[in-house]
Amino acid sequence: MSEKFDVIVVGAGASGNAAAYTLAKAGLKVLQLERGETPGAKNVQGAILYADALERIIPDFREEAPLERHIIEQRMWVMDERSYVGSHFRSDDFNKPPYNRYTIIRARFDKWFSDKVKEAGALVICETTVKELLRDDKGKVVGVEVDRADGRIYADLVILADGVNSTLARKAGFRPELDPKHVALAVKEIHFLPADVIESRFNIKDDEGVVIEMMGKITHGMMGTGFLYTNSDSISVGVGCLLSDFMTQKITPYQLLEQLKAHPSVAPMLEGGEMKEYAAHLIPEGGYHAIPQIYGEGWMIVGDSGMFVNAVHREGSNLAMTTGRIAAETAIELSREGKAMSAANLARYRARLDDSFVIKDLKKYKDLPDLPDLLDSNKQFLTTYPELLNRSARAMLTVDGEDKRSKQKDIYRGFRAERSLFGLIGDAYKLWRAFR
Amino acid sequence: MHSVVCIKQVPDSAQIRVHPVTNTIMRQGVPAIINPYDLFALEEALRLKDRHGGRVTVITMGPPQAEAALRKALSFGADEIILVTDKAFAGADTLATSFALASAIRKIHESHPVTMVFTGKQTIDGDTAQVGPGIAKRLDLQLLTYVSRVAEVDEAGGTITVERRAEGGVQVLRTALPCLVTMLEGSNEMRRGSLPDQLRAARHELTRWDRVAAGIEDVTRIGLKGSPTVVNKVFTPSPRAEKAEMVTVDSGRAADLAVELIARIGGRFPVVEAELARRAG
Ligand SMILES: Cc1cc2nc3c(=O)[nH]c(=O)nc-3n(C[C@H](O)[C@H](O)[C@H](O)COP(=O)(O)OP(=O)(O)OC[C@H]3O[C@@H](n4cnc5c(N)ncnc54)[C@H](O)[C@@H]3O)c2cc1C
Ligand SMILES: Cc1cc2nc3c(=O)[nH]c(=O)nc-3n(C[C@H](O)[C@H](O)[C@H](O)COP(=O)(O)OP(=O)(O)OC[C@H]3O[C@@H](n4cnc5c(N)ncnc54)[C@H](O)[C@@H]3O)c2cc1C
Repeated sequence: MSEKFDVIVVGAGASGNAAAYTLAKAGLKVLQLERGETPGAKNVQGAILYADALERIIPDFREEAPLERHIIEQRMWVMDERSYVGSHFRSDDFNKPPYNRYTIIRARFDKWFSDKVKEAGALVICETTVKELLRDDKGKVVGVEVDRADGRIYADLVILADGVNSTLARKAGFRPELDPKHVALAVKEIHFLPADVIESRFNIKDDEGVVIEMMGKITHGMMGTGFLYTNSDSISVGVGCLLSDFMTQKITPYQLLEQLKAHPSVAPMLEGGEMKEYAAHLIPEGGYHAIPQIYGEGWMIVGDSGMFVNAVHREGSNLAMTTGRIAAETAIELSREGKAMSAANLARYRARLDDSFVIKDLKKYKDLPDLPDLLDSNKQFLTTYPELLNRSARAMLTVDGEDKRSKQKDIYRGFRAERSLFGLIGDAYKLWRAFR
Repeated sequence: MHSVVCIKQVPDSAQIRVHPVTNTIMRQGVPAIINPYDLFALEEALRLKDRHGGRVTVITMGPPQAEAALRKALSFGADEIILVTDKAFAGADTLATSFALASAIRKIHESHPVTMVFTGKQTIDGDTAQVGPGIAKRLDLQLLTYVSRVAEVDEAGGTITVERRAEGGVQVLRTALPCLVTMLEGSNEMRRGSLPDQLRAARHELTRWDRVAAGIEDVTRIGLKGSPTVVNKVFTPSPRAEKAEMVTVDSGRAADLAVELIARIGGRFPVVEAELARRAG
């Protein structure tokens, strides 16, 4: 097999599709290879789509993409075993089109995106795993080998969009092994319910949607969060924690999710739904310092494979799409200038990312991945504080003849009993440093 | 050697769920697949091509989405695919389906003479096993059903030898070509197409035939008009009342428990008890 393409894109997730679409649209000869049966086939999970990143790739996506609901309300819950203290932000401003955030179901969305890639003119081959990068005698990447007969195929440039596990990048030595402290393991389920039931439960109408972020005792002191989103006629619910925490805590992600679903504040929202699919997936959370070398002789890395996830804001797909797009734009530019896909020329990709929100945001939170270490010896953030917070709220709201000032004193004493004054101040400082 | 393989795109029945609230089938996310039996038919045709050379044409009658099933067939190594699609075919039962497919195959035969037609034994959604025989009858082909393997084809002599699974054993049957074979499940394993086959399948210009292209003039023979089947009633069978029971030995001897259970079963099914007594002598 000696056919040659301009670019081979490995993977048909958000980042690979963004890259392949942008490249094909510009007239480059693109081959996209995907291991799964179809793009997103295995993935019925819900997720949040950030419009901006997609809009820069497909400006009129709102007219045709399978979007579930636009988000008008964000809830943040700090939980103990039986209660939560929460803040809700809901605004009618979120009802003004064009909307900014949507819930999506990945299977439908990925299929739509992939169809757009094909329409743009890329050749998309599924059920085909790339086993190896092919290199010439100088070490330049010149193509890939797949797990099929006559499986060698060549290109000027190979874009690795193969996700968090990227065996290819590891095998090629572009990236070290994943550090369990820098990846979260998330589990998700989707529960089907009639649209009108969802709308009345969440006080929404038409295609309005709600997101709930949860933290506190639900993760048993492990570094992680829970989440719940409303889709058109289903609810996505899940929880994710650092892999290293799961390893030491000896609790399975499945148990954690079961407990979350049974929480008295969560269970009524899911009641009567039929669980459709359970899936587990890794999320790279190493942040800025974990970003590997992302370009070289004849290759670039985009999306999760390059660790581009903003764990604090739960953003992944937008970084994936943006890195995919910028990598593609770099290649298009080089191709128009008649320049080689060499490391020296592809360095423009990194420079552009440095200028974009992708690197700027990741830099802002660059020390956050050390938070687990910090919290490891400071479990109070995830257990004691949520509990104290809930206890305080309960105390203040229980009318039982005790005066409010005494209650406040009790609450303060409660905090002091669990943590010294220095401890409290120190904790606040540590958190501020990490998020600064 | 030119084989025509008939395939049908069906919902993956293993993944269909009934909505707990509305009791309707949830098609959401249920992938469409090639009817599993038809893959055995296709693989058997590809094996004939490996041995004798020639050509494999894959045909389906269905909606535009059935294109995906055909492209898949191409990626396994088929040479040509034809989508027979027309609003006029909608609502076809097995009679109208086999009429339309027979017409299309006759049309294929005009440009590339057909040696064999393959179908699956049955589909997993309609389950009638009528379409294969229906086509054979209309095209006046020899018919071999429940075939587990094509043992030999003698092109010069114009004969075919197959193995057919039957009650009590395997029949070895020989007949004259051209013929139609309906394939059993589990008879072979679909190959993994090569990378060049994947590329070819993705690029291939699909041939679409409407009613006229498929050589059909009489619209009363196709679609709903050509379908005398009347669905009288559709119902979900009620679950069986009797359930299996799990017994565990908490205390005492397992043998005692077994004796007690046999007595209980015997009480409910005297025939079983009588038979057991007879065997015990
Ligand atoms: C539970 C969970 C919830 C999330 N929620 C959100 C959310 O709400 N919003 C958000 O923006 N982000 C979210 N994310 C993150 C987001 O899903 C990812 O950042 C994003 O999907 C990354 O896209 P990608 O294209 O880089 O990787 P992926 O989507 O993982 O795609 C990689 C693709 O490459 C294929 N592949 C891998 N290896 C090979 C190979 N060797 N050959 C061929 N193909 C290969 C894979 O099959 C896969 O299809 C969530 C993640 C998880 C796990
Ligand atoms: C009682 C009943 C009522 C039905 N009512 C309707 C209805 O109202 N509307 C409607 O649209 N359908 C209806 N159908 C479905 C339709 O009749 C069948 O799907 C179709 O005629 C094929 O029959 P089958 O699926 O049983 O195929 P079988 O006879 O079991 O299939 C045998 C083989 O024939 C081949 N084959 C079958 N169908 C095709 C095809 N379309 N293209 C190529 N090859 C094929 C395949 O190789 C297959 O393995 C009904 C079916 C039944 C049993």
